Amino acid sequence: MRSDFLAIEEWVSNGSRVLDIGCGDGALLQHLQANRQVRGLGVEIDETKILDCVAKGIEVIEQNADQGMANFADNSFDTVLLTQTLQAVHRPDFVLEEMLRIGKECVITFPNFGHWQARRYLLWRGKMPVSKFMPYKWYDTPNIHFCTVRDFEQLCAERNISVLHRSFESRSTGDSHRSALVDRWPNLLATHALYHVTR
Amino acid sequence: MNDPQTSSQAAGQPGGKAHGSTAASSVGLVAPRHFRYDGAFRTSGGRELPGIELVYETYGELNAAKNNAILVCHALSGDHHAAGYHSDSDPKPGWWDEHIGPGKAIDTRHFYVVSVNNLGGCGGSTGPSSINPETGKAWGPDFPSLRVRDWVDSQHILMEHLGVAQWAAVIGGSLGGMQALRWALEYPDLLRHSVVIASALKLTAQNIGFNNTARTAIISDPDFHAGRYQEHGVWPKNGLSIARMIGHITYLSGDLMGQKFGRELQAGSFARGNEEALEFQVESYLRYQGEKFADSFDANTYLLMLRALDYFDLAREYADDAVAAFRHARCKFMIMSFSTDWRFSPARSREIVDALIAAEKPVSYAEVDSSYGHDSFLLPVQRYQKLLGAYMRQVHAECIALGGQS
Repeated sequence: MRSDFLAIEEWVSNGSRVLDIGCGDGALLQHLQANRQVRGLGVEIDETKILDCVAKGIEVIEQNADQGMANFADNSFDTVLLTQTLQAVHRPDFVLEEMLRIGKECVITFPNFGHWQARRYLLWRGKMPVSKFMPYKWYDTPNIHFCTVRDFEQLCAERNISVLHRSFESRSTGDSHRSALVDRWPNLLATHALYHVTR
Repeated sequence: MNDPQTSSQAAGQPGGKAHGSTAASSVGLVAPRHFRYDGAFRTSGGRELPGIELVYETYGELNAAKNNAILVCHALSGDHHAAGYHSDSDPKPGWWDEHIGPGKAIDTRHFYVVSVNNLGGCGGSTGPSSINPETGKAWGPDFPSLRVRDWVDSQHILMEHLGVAQWAAVIGGSLGGMQALRWALEYPDLLRHSVVIASALKLTAQNIGFNNTARTAIISDPDFHAGRYQEHGVWPKNGLSIARMIGHITYLSGDLMGQKFGRELQAGSFARGNEEALEFQVESYLRYQGEKFADSFDANTYLLMLRALDYFDLAREYADDAVAAFRHARCKFMIMSFSTDWRFSPARSREIVDALIAAEKPVSYAEVDSSYGHDSFLLPVQRYQKLLGAYMRQVHAECIALGGQS
């Protein structure tokens, strides 16, 4: 069980309609269907992952969210999810605006580039951080828009996005864990941030 | 696609190679069945046929729970012969043999597959070439015009005859996809899945234009005789052949035709001092395709099918609102399109998908890369087969969950 699934599950109501943008192999939607009886729909562009979804019986639409989500009506979903995908889209702010238009509430999770290990890597080596969690080189990474916890908070403030809940995880020491320490200094200590937002 | 070279090779079976019907993945030898319905069949146009006959084939076994039946709907020029071979010298299998059989996407070890020659067809079901009992002569142009809903209604009559209470899935490509869509609205409780491949909510003006050009080729053939060619002992072979050539060009992608034929010559030469007749390979190919079709297909049926295709508009009676139309559906949908299909382009499939999303219906959609144009839905395109297979395994799992064995 992925720990972020449990956190997200807390923020999703029973029987609600959920859209997962960049749903991958459909594991999160499958989890939410089993535990929250949601009516789920995924959006994905990777054909292998689309096949994985179909094989699981997860409904999935082949569509590139970067090219717009105009086919989804305003407030047509209870919750729109974007997990570990924000940093990979071409226009994170545009995708976020679209999510807030389509969903009554949104859940966004992303890796925190402000984590102390990333800072140390950049400070001492003077190179873009490569780690277990960010295994790509700067030139071949799909993660083209890294941000920090503080960056995301600032975007929310600028765009009048209300944060309903925040959750931070540190996965740097093996098993993922949350702690008061991580919650106190998330921008330094969290490897992963989870936000539950609305407008 | 089926070019002259490959079909003659298939027919030859040199070297005593085993016939395709003996392959483990083939449904083997199959025989069409006839179903006679003696009740009056009222068409959407308000006409009444005094009883109808439908020719169909089935593959696989209906399980004890009777919940594993799949209806396969054919497209413009298809028929009931979707899989297997009619004899051990049959040169080629049914039109969807790539997808129907043991271990194939529509796995006949799990499903009871029903494929019917549509009413108005020329594969043996009641149609324009059948005898009108009132006159003792062929119906010809007097056969009622039909809509997609008439096929769905007649398939429903056959369904009751077969003892199938609910289709596990109704599946079709192109015009067959339109039937799968119409099923979902006309008999929402009688199917659990609608699988719609390379289809549309309605044809575009461009599509109707192509179809009308094909129709014009047929009716302007001097041998057409206003559709009463059977009475004259002739048939509009040239017109039908041209109609098929027009269709065939539009079912392929420009790139594929370029790769396959380029500007290669079948006969003659461009050498100076040479004035003999030249023929491009693409000309020879299309002529073969046209003639082969014209020798085996009834012109009045082709006209009827083309018109049904043109007239289809899923949302017409729902105030042209596809979302309102789909609110009546209760099944799940799988929609697929092909990147180079310009006759039923991915944009047309997206219209179906978007309306289903807005109607809050369960839907999956994939746009499959393929160079084969509209014809892709008939071909063993790998990603397409995997997706269809994965979807159908879920349909099968559901059959078991609902109490069906195997």
